[in-house]
Amino acid sequence: MKNIKQLSIFAENKPGKLEHITKVFEENKINIMAFNIASQGDFGIMRFIADKPEKALEAFKKAGFTISMNEVFAIEMEDKPGGFHNVAQFIAKSGLNIENAYVLIEKDRQGALLICDIKDTEKAKKTL
Amino acid sequence: MSLIWNKKAECLLPIEKDQLQLERLQHIVKYACEKVPYYKKAFDKAGVKPSDIKSLKDIEKLPFTSKAELRDAYPFGMFAAPMEEIVEIHTSSGTTGKPVVMGYTTADIELWSEVMARSLSMAGCTKADIVQNAYGYGLFTGGLGVHYGARKIGANVIPISAGNTKRQLEIMRDFGTTILTCTPSYALFLAESAKDDKIDLKSLKLRSGVFGAEMWTEKMREEIEKRLHISATNIYGLTEIIGPGVAQECEVKNGLHLQEDLFYPEIVSPENLSVLSEGEKGELVLTTLTREGTPMIRFRTKDITSLHRGECKCGRTSIKMDRITGRSDDMLKIRGVIVFPSSIEKALLEIKGLEPHYKIIITRPHQLDEIEVQVEASEILFSDEIRHMEETKKNIENHIEKSVGLKLKVTLVEPKTLPRSEGKAKRVFDQRELK
Repeated sequence: MKNIKQLSIFAENKPGKLEHITKVFEENKINIMAFNIASQGDFGIMRFIADKPEKALEAFKKAGFTISMNEVFAIEMEDKPGGFHNVAQFIAKSGLNIENAYVLIEKDRQGALLICDIKDTEKAKKTL
Repeated sequence: MSLIWNKKAECLLPIEKDQLQLERLQHIVKYACEKVPYYKKAFDKAGVKPSDIKSLKDIEKLPFTSKAELRDAYPFGMFAAPMEEIVEIHTSSGTTGKPVVMGYTTADIELWSEVMARSLSMAGCTKADIVQNAYGYGLFTGGLGVHYGARKIGANVIPISAGNTKRQLEIMRDFGTTILTCTPSYALFLAESAKDDKIDLKSLKLRSGVFGAEMWTEKMREEIEKRLHISATNIYGLTEIIGPGVAQECEVKNGLHLQEDLFYPEIVSPENLSVLSEGEKGELVLTTLTREGTPMIRFRTKDITSLHRGECKCGRTSIKMDRITGRSDDMLKIRGVIVFPSSIEKALLEIKGLEPHYKIIITRPHQLDEIEVQVEASEILFSDEIRHMEETKKNIENHIEKSVGLKLKVTLVEPKTLPRSEGKAKRVFDQRELK
């Protein structure tokens, strides 16, 4: 288990919005490692794991986006049937509530990371 | 306490004021009737003669003048003075039809300079000040009005006009501007741009601002004062009467002193045009008491306000009007409820962290009015959880509903995507198709 930085960007739910965001990544030569989009009616929040999160934060602020950065947990999973289940079981036992989760596949494709946004950070740090 | 520019005129005793107003009213009514065919016709139709004006109350016998009549008189039909006496012409913006054309004689320009000198003095302007005049120069009266007033005081006026924000900020810093004059929305825009351009507004010499030409709120004043580190006062005026300078706030900031030795105010009901008493809210009607070029008799301003008489701590005795809270023709009827966009703005600005930029869109998708308010998702409002954002949205909706009495939908949009205005801000979009 490790802590990594996640970027959350506010976007209106309109055509072309994702493209605006990916352009900022491209122009600043920042690699996206994983992402997730949650939308609710007329707006959404896009979450990204990037190789240079601090640089990305700066770049998006400069481009006029509303953005925030927070720490999330990355839990290793085995890339085989039941891998996710093992992790889920473990989290359930710990009594932690996940706000939001998505998957990051590591470059070597040997394993995958479950990116978990857990608001009760202290408890999570102790348990995981 | 700032200086009173014209103590004699601004601190009249009630009896002196009444006497002066009556003499001037009798004169201007006679003058208008003799020189402008429109007035003669309108008076005849109403069955009233100038000699019927025996008291101030008799003004109620005279017919109203509205913008429609001024448009019909395009271009020079309302001029009372011969063309060779006219030294300047101004027009209203003409966004809703033909522009309204007003003529100024030398005495009118002097009158305008006088009321603007009084107004700027109320905001603390003296000979020693540097006035950065960011109202537009041209046919619009804002620019030249401030210019004439500042010149009369002997202040140093920078006639920068509206727009070119970067240069405005540089000049403000490098020339040591002490007084800023522009629309309140542009003042906020300047503050926002200063942040982007890394200009420290706190370190500037700027200390006072005279803001007008559009409706604004107390909350906006707080924002302007806080962000620009100045004292912000409200000015009122309109081209049809003279331009800016009809009324202005003194340092007490609880109403605008109306220059009633020169302009006679009434408040009427926008529904049936009956004259309302002091303190009642309604449409402001103004009569110019000394105007030569284009005298205005009972002009319906469409601005909603109320008048209050009483002693002011500043020493002036002139009647005070409230800040304008709406336009009788901007008045929206949403699902049968009367709403002024300004009251929505007021409610919005009470919410902490909300940027003072918004857009109101009214539609009628299913035979029922729907109103949407777009606000920007500022950093302070932003949360990385959808749930919290939804809550924020709901809170804004509830807050507006509570204070305006209207259910509406709030949409969060990306920062800096709502139009910033460098002149009069257009924020209400009525897209109802009334079939």
